[in-house]
Amino acid sequence: MAKATVSLSGRDILDLESLSVEEIELILQTAAEMKKIMKMDIKKAPYLRGKSIINLFYEPSTRTRTSFELAGKYLGADVVNVTTASSSVVKGECLRDTILTVQSMACDAIVMRHPIEGAAVYAADIATPVVINAGDGAHAHPSQGLLDMFTIRENGKDLKGMKMAIIGDILYSRVARTNIAAWTKMGADVHVAGPMTLMPHDIETLGVTVHKRVEDAIEGADVVDVLRIQLERQQKGLFPSPREYARIFGINENRLKLAKEDVIVLHSGPMNRGLEISWEVGYCDNAAIRIQVQNGVAVRMALLFLTLIGGKYIENID
Amino acid sequence: MKILIKNGRVVDPTQKLDAVTDILIENGKIKKLGQGLTLADCETFDAAGLVVTPGLIDVHTHMREPGLEAKEDIISGTKAAAAGGVTTVACMPNTKPVIDTSIVISGIKQRAAADGYAHVEVIGAISKGERGEELAEMGDMAQKGVMAFSDDGHYVKSSRLFTLAAKYVTTFDKPLICHAIDPELGAEGYMHEGAVSARIGVPGVPSVAEDIAVARDCLIAEYTGAHVHIAHVASKGAIEIVRQAKKRGVNITSEVTVHHLTLTDEACIKYNPAARVSPPLRSKEHVEALRAAVLDGTVDAIVTDHAPHAPEEKDVEFRYAPCGFCGLETSLAVILTDLYYTKIFDLNTIISKMSCEPAKLFKINGGTLKEGSIADITIMDLNKEWTVDSSKFYTRGKATPYEGKVCKGKAVATLLAGEFVMRDGVLCTK
Repeated sequence: MAKATVSLSGRDILDLESLSVEEIELILQTAAEMKKIMKMDIKKAPYLRGKSIINLFYEPSTRTRTSFELAGKYLGADVVNVTTASSSVVKGECLRDTILTVQSMACDAIVMRHPIEGAAVYAADIATPVVINAGDGAHAHPSQGLLDMFTIRENGKDLKGMKMAIIGDILYSRVARTNIAAWTKMGADVHVAGPMTLMPHDIETLGVTVHKRVEDAIEGADVVDVLRIQLERQQKGLFPSPREYARIFGINENRLKLAKEDVIVLHSGPMNRGLEISWEVGYCDNAAIRIQVQNGVAVRMALLFLTLIGGKYIENID
Repeated sequence: MKILIKNGRVVDPTQKLDAVTDILIENGKIKKLGQGLTLADCETFDAAGLVVTPGLIDVHTHMREPGLEAKEDIISGTKAAAAGGVTTVACMPNTKPVIDTSIVISGIKQRAAADGYAHVEVIGAISKGERGEELAEMGDMAQKGVMAFSDDGHYVKSSRLFTLAAKYVTTFDKPLICHAIDPELGAEGYMHEGAVSARIGVPGVPSVAEDIAVARDCLIAEYTGAHVHIAHVASKGAIEIVRQAKKRGVNITSEVTVHHLTLTDEACIKYNPAARVSPPLRSKEHVEALRAAVLDGTVDAIVTDHAPHAPEEKDVEFRYAPCGFCGLETSLAVILTDLYYTKIFDLNTIISKMSCEPAKLFKINGGTLKEGSIADITIMDLNKEWTVDSSKFYTRGKATPYEGKVCKGKAVATLLAGEFVMRDGVLCTK
């Protein structure tokens, strides 16, 4: 592996807007090496031995939390999970004090998931350890964006000039915002579609093309990113019924035929099968959903490795 | 007690005055204006190089008393006023309990008169408890000298109740001040809806939520003939509705805040909780429309909406932060820096909107330097350069989106009824 000209040592990873193309390339290259470690018989490469990582989760999560935990452990770090239901947060501790408390225990990285946009920026302002945003409200989910890019690349597609379709609840989606920022940065042609009640006002200012019909967004697409629909949105009356959503905006086999034959279908999970994505599409050959999960661990290993020890020993990974 | 203010540039729009002259103050009143005044055995203040104006009047503030003293109280709030060159503040009734009875009006006035560093006018609630269900005892409060009525912080959602309030209040000749945002359209928003909210993911309040509410209140003003004053107009659509209503002769007036004239939604990009406010900081086109509306007379007053909160309330994740921030100690300086020195507003406009016009509108004693009037005076140094440092504020609610701002211009002395309450940036002991 070529020696990197950029470094992420000590950097907070809060969103993809603030990473340069070179920095993103470094993470993706490092993730490829990390994926090799995941495939070894003994999945341990103790580069992070003696480092401690706190997973601070203010929202329920299975894959992201487990993924960060395993990523840290495969690299030999000590990983502690703090979930708010069983922490002093229920006693009314504010975020500032929780951050200061965990940082006093000499942790090296705080991986944080939080329901409020900007919480990671706020935490990073307070914390000395590296802060990795594992999702903040509808703002950003940088490790998800990186693993999506890694998965697209791995499938032989470069992003430059490709037609990318993001379908569904753009308004409340941190995945959509993250991928819009990343994909436009990498030179892709990004299209969005979904019910207009779930479309942010002025979204076109982010450099995307907005479609009222899902079909127009999917037509000729190289990648279709299907966003999770939270049932709570229907309860708030943002669309009439799950049934109608599935019929008009859901990604099924017929709609997918409009895309390129080698289209990659992404979904950041957990899927509502039969709602935003049909059973068949979820399991079809073009669906990269389980690969995304696997790549998620590799990308998070790369993030921890690069931010915590700055890619030291990187030449030994070859 | 006599004070002679010598050689200052006196700017008083009520007398179309902008000239270097002296002011003699006696027994709390302006005794005489004129050049070369001399008098033995009186205190002389040399105002050479300084600007002397009617004391600033801020008709939209929150003194937080009674009940919310962790945020502010009458003493800390009026100290902040004096420090910022403000001689009269009007306080909103969203306290705990709500200011909705005459005894609370009297209590606040008494306390302010005894211990305050500025005059305090009181705004009573329109509805009991600001709940928007039934009228508060407006007549009783009017007789105890309430300045106006408002359910500030809440829109009077019921058109019926607002119409009843508007009809009822005409007997007492007091304005209704409206916090106009459609509560349902604005309910899930935390900042201005636009390009910035689309990017950073914070749910937005569309400007149409404000426009709709302002339109209804203008129509009810037209129907009832009551004086309706629209608080903190922040959208270009809303201000256009006010402009059209004024053209038709509707008894409508309006105010804009210092922050809506000088900041945009870009202040929220880093999720600074200090920048969370209602109505939200909007985009550049709205700011420009508001500035134009000040110049063409659609806007009658510039206010702070000084809304201090305790640090533990404001130092939190963006959405959790309560709306509002302090403003009394920065308002004049920010306006001078961002609007006077950029040649958008002249000094006459600034003093008119920050003192003379609100005085006239709400029948407040002050807002003029005419002989015989109360000697509420602000003396400012237009050239003083300083940096906003909230740790030096007198207000309890330190959070401000202007933290660290380099300003040019500052109040350097404040006189309240002929006595110095602030001199060289330091409060005088009472």
